[in-house]
Amino acid sequence: MKHLTAVILGAVIALAAMSARAQLVIEITQGMDNPTPIAVVPFAWQGTGAPPEDAAQVIDADLARSGQFDPVDRGDMLARPSTQEQVFYRDWRAINSDYVLIGRVSVTGQVQMRIEYELFDVNRQARVLHGYEEGHVNEARMLSHRVADEVYETLTGIPGAFATRLLYVSVTRNPAGKDYYRLTLADADGARPIVLLESREPIMAPTWSPDGKHIAYVSFETSRPAIYRQELATGAREQLTNFRGLNGAPAWSPDGSTMAMVLSKDGNPDIYLMDLRSKQLTQVTRHYAIDTEPAWMPDGRSLMFTSDRGGRPQIYRYDLRSGATDRVTFEGSYNARARIAQDGRNMVMVHQSGGRFHIALQDLVSNRLQVLTSTELDESPSIAPNGSMVLYGTKSGDRGILAAVSVDGGVKFRLPVREGDVREPAWSPYLSR
Amino acid sequence: MKQLTVAGKALTLLFAAAFLVACSSKDTKDDDAAAAAAAEAAARSAAERAAAADAEASGAQQQQRLQDAVAAVGNVFYFDYDSSTLKPQAQEALDAHIALLRTNDRSVRLEGHTDERGTREYNMALGERRGNTVRDYMVVNGIPSYRIETVSYGEEQPIAYGSGEANWSQNRRVELK
Repeated sequence: MKHLTAVILGAVIALAAMSARAQLVIEITQGMDNPTPIAVVPFAWQGTGAPPEDAAQVIDADLARSGQFDPVDRGDMLARPSTQEQVFYRDWRAINSDYVLIGRVSVTGQVQMRIEYELFDVNRQARVLHGYEEGHVNEARMLSHRVADEVYETLTGIPGAFATRLLYVSVTRNPAGKDYYRLTLADADGARPIVLLESREPIMAPTWSPDGKHIAYVSFETSRPAIYRQELATGAREQLTNFRGLNGAPAWSPDGSTMAMVLSKDGNPDIYLMDLRSKQLTQVTRHYAIDTEPAWMPDGRSLMFTSDRGGRPQIYRYDLRSGATDRVTFEGSYNARARIAQDGRNMVMVHQSGGRFHIALQDLVSNRLQVLTSTELDESPSIAPNGSMVLYGTKSGDRGILAAVSVDGGVKFRLPVREGDVREPAWSPYLSR
Repeated sequence: MKQLTVAGKALTLLFAAAFLVACSSKDTKDDDAAAAAAAEAAARSAAERAAAADAEASGAQQQQRLQDAVAAVGNVFYFDYDSSTLKPQAQEALDAHIALLRTNDRSVRLEGHTDERGTREYNMALGERRGNTVRDYMVVNGIPSYRIETVSYGEEQPIAYGSGEANWSQNRRVELK
């Protein structure tokens, strides 16, 4: 019995160590020129024992990661107010902080957590935001991210996307045999990673349903690629395809009813639509070239996709009503895997220039193209639901890592892990409470 | 040596048949005729068996030669960047496999791979193109398509993990399994 306990404990520790190594750590490599100074004062803990989470620390890190804020070091704070009466603006002017965020955290009935917060504008000497977030104590970090979302929106006018999540694929190399592939779900800051699927065969192309409740991905677990759909709350999953050849690049329609995908069952890769209720397939493209990587426009009326029908991979747009296909990219010899921001205007993609693969942004109205990254072998861009940042896969040494860049190219950060390769990030939509 | 042994066995059988005939010669003419026919048949079948064994032995040798040829060329065929055209060396190697596959009814799996450059899904398509090129070449050369399965792994399963042409060239491949 004692032995068994030791074995189980050992296994738990090994698992914990593994997940710690697998966790993403954010390193900001480039911020904005004049980020806004803000003081996120440690929140007052109105409970017994230790607080479940340092909410202020989570918010501080969120704001710093946006690159638009420069949070004040706690050691530089002259006071640590937790109520409006305790806020003296001169304390914050003295350390050149433009804004002050204070808060109070309490837990009732062991499980119900409440974060009350107030934001002050030091120059205007006014409270500009106040509110609270409530939820299960296990969601302490998510509640903190929601506070950061509110602060971010108040100060920038853009909704925050901190209380969102990520999917990504990681690989642990095994020189003695087959590699280990994992599909992981984590908070947008890389915290709280959960392995959803582990396999000795490749896992690819994770993607979100528009309501954030389901995911889809490609797994080779049957020794052939197949598309699976999985419900996050229950873990229930369903194999959607099992065709000969490619079964890849699943993409949910904005209304959630249809999935675009790539199948080569009829000889070569084409885009198909699957009605998720009836499982009925409709072929969208019919071309002897490679057609792949479908991405929906937010209005659901057309699809972007990659095709080499012109000789080299370029992005084309297919109008679902008229059936017309138009080429969208003309600059560079390789443009592929488009993702469209919610505004329907910003398109990010993999762009080759000078032999290198970068992430580029094309404005679909002006058609102006801007290369956003200076890293190499960049791929798999995924846009935050608020359109502010692009997460992508790149290489550091011979390791795959995730990195992020703002849509204006001004802010950059990396999310390295200590072990293995990380790739194919998929940023969730806004998540309902 | 093996052939000699087989021939020796056939000779022993022939002598045995002749001895049987000699022993039965004291009986009636009809019996004699029947016995002669039986002996003749026995001798003939022994000779046939010997010939069949001979053919089998040289067939085994031939099979061994084909297998040795396949072992010598390996089961990985390499491609140029962004290309699914069979290179002469790969074609030669494939010919050895085809020669062997024509003597049996084994099914094969062709796994197409690419290097890490370009997007993952596009590389899945490119890996499939490479697999299909190999498949088509095999079909043209007499291997029925129902014996061939192609699966693309794109850039997901590199042989060499690093970047640069030295690594990339090892990863752009089709593996026959």
